[in-house]
Amino acid sequence: MRFSKLVLYFLILFNFFLSKLALSAGKAIEYPDKNWSFSSIFGTFDKASAQRGFQVYKEVCAGCHGMRLISYRNLAALGYNQDELKAIASQFEITDGPNDDGEFFTRPGRPSDKFASPYPNKKAAIAANGGAYPPDLSLIIKARPNGANYLHALLSGYVEPPKNMIVPEGMYYNKFYSGNLIAMPQPLYEDGIEYLDGTKASPDQMAIDVTTFLAWASEPELEERKQLGITVILFLIVFSILSYFSMRQIWAPIKNKN
Amino acid sequence: MSKPKFKNPVVNWIDYRLPIFTFMNHELNEYPTPKNLNYFWNFGSLAGITLVIMIVTGIVLSMNYTAHIDYAFDSVERIMRDVNHGWLLRYIHMNGASFFFIVVYIHIFRGLYYGSYKAPREILWILGVLILLLMMATAFMGYVLPWGQMSFWGATVITNLFSAIPLIGESIVTWLWGGFSVDNPTLNRFFSLHFVLPFVIVGVVILHLVALHRFGSNNPIGIDVKGKQDTIPFHPYYTIKDLFGLSVFATIFAAAVFFFPNFMGHPDNYIPANPMVTPAHIVPEWYFLPFYAILRAIPDKLGGVLFMFGAIMVLFVLPWLDKSSVRSSQFRPLYKLFFWFLVIDCIALGYLGAMPAEGIYVVLSRLATAYYFFHFLIILPLLPKIESTRPLPVSISTPIITASSNASTVMAMREKK
Repeated sequence: MRFSKLVLYFLILFNFFLSKLALSAGKAIEYPDKNWSFSSIFGTFDKASAQRGFQVYKEVCAGCHGMRLISYRNLAALGYNQDELKAIASQFEITDGPNDDGEFFTRPGRPSDKFASPYPNKKAAIAANGGAYPPDLSLIIKARPNGANYLHALLSGYVEPPKNMIVPEGMYYNKFYSGNLIAMPQPLYEDGIEYLDGTKASPDQMAIDVTTFLAWASEPELEERKQLGITVILFLIVFSILSYFSMRQIWAPIKNKN
Repeated sequence: MSKPKFKNPVVNWIDYRLPIFTFMNHELNEYPTPKNLNYFWNFGSLAGITLVIMIVTGIVLSMNYTAHIDYAFDSVERIMRDVNHGWLLRYIHMNGASFFFIVVYIHIFRGLYYGSYKAPREILWILGVLILLLMMATAFMGYVLPWGQMSFWGATVITNLFSAIPLIGESIVTWLWGGFSVDNPTLNRFFSLHFVLPFVIVGVVILHLVALHRFGSNNPIGIDVKGKQDTIPFHPYYTIKDLFGLSVFATIFAAAVFFFPNFMGHPDNYIPANPMVTPAHIVPEWYFLPFYAILRAIPDKLGGVLFMFGAIMVLFVLPWLDKSSVRSSQFRPLYKLFFWFLVIDCIALGYLGAMPAEGIYVVLSRLATAYYFFHFLIILPLLPKIESTRPLPVSISTPIITASSNASTVMAMREKK
């Protein structure tokens, strides 16, 4: 009996992993695994890297990609203080209104504002990018299988196309993109930006930093979730042990009779 | 007035007028339960507790959710980002759906293995299948609410199934949608139904419990309780055992919620719904995959729909398909074998449902679908004619003289030699 129980548990678990495998089996491309600071059970975000990543986003990605779910105030989680947040927000022009005269107007951003969008609307974004919509990056790491490794690979995947491949105008070859033809030109170049903290801005460093930043944006609750999780699991393990021995004690007279 | 039953005079006063304490004492405290239940009997109470967890988290989530195609996705993200511990509520609810199905599927296979559906528990079983159906409807509509890509396309695929009905199919689909595509009216009615159906489930669960308490639990040996010596009061013996089971379950559940909250979800559902862009593979949630495989295995649309619903319908008539009077497969060597074949078949169907419908997967899906129905419609009715069951023990208290334990003693002796 014991054995068949084990078999049942095993089969149920196995079904899970198989179906998960199956879901990701559609894509045959393997991405290098980058051991992210946030991927382990005790993982946290590397704040310095995430701050640099925000700089990469601001100076490179934000030209085309919005992050409509994130407010400037949220950046406090990356270690910025209130004055810094106000300074960051005020760099951006926010359209507000209508005012008492019924007019829309622009004003410097405040920490409570959502990130300024690079385009007034989705149609404008599509029109400005040759028919391809640059996706919003607020959830991008959660919205792609193996998101962090995928994004890092994609940003590092711009290589020379194979000789026999014709890359159409307005498209770019990327070895990690599904179908290999992507509408986004290579965004990261050696020393493309100058990091405020003096870190050398190699393309790989920038890809790692911006991925860390976007992983935080996708799951801002991650650190709180994992910390609470450890407490809850430890409590439940102790509780399970206590209830097991209570059960043994309560059942002892019944078991002894048999 | 008869002698007061309870020490507390207030309780006595109320109980004399409204015998709710007598009822609770009878059904939850002294309720006689077979003393040989194994851990598989934990899953009924686990399912009930999961239902309560789903309802409580669901009500709180609904206070922060907006059922409108322009706001639904963002309102869920607001729950994840700005509502205090909103991420916890939502991840519990989201993973809770998966765990509810895990628990209920184990509960169902336990019923199959130990013949819990046989007389006099047929209605108990039928009510259980009804709960499964209601759960599936509720889970499907709940998955639509975040209005991500899989929400939208899943809703489109599943509601379109009804168009397979001859003549009136198209009209039914328009009626279900409240328009000519999956749109705001669809989302609104799905939210409404997703809110109300769990309470219907609670109602059927109560009937399920009433039917259960009529004859009490089945047990691993599958023979009727012969007298007091075979039973123990539910409290404290099964309350503590259920508590232990619950704490182990909660540990696994918490591990998923806190460390792998999106493991059982699909990344595409974090992309807002877009009617103009179809995902590469539209896959339902894992708990629907076996049924999805059956749906796709049949080359005809109407046929696929009928077989998919048939896969559940066959469970309703199971008590009359299995003609053997012996309940537990411990005493049915052949049935036990076929039970495990069925388990493997269902897992295979789940795997095939996740695979693209092409090449070898189609052939395998058809074989697995055929075997599923073959098990219920052919094997079960015929099995009693060829199967020689092992002798049943006299009672639960005296199972020592069973053939199976004889066999195991013989085995043990052989091993010693």
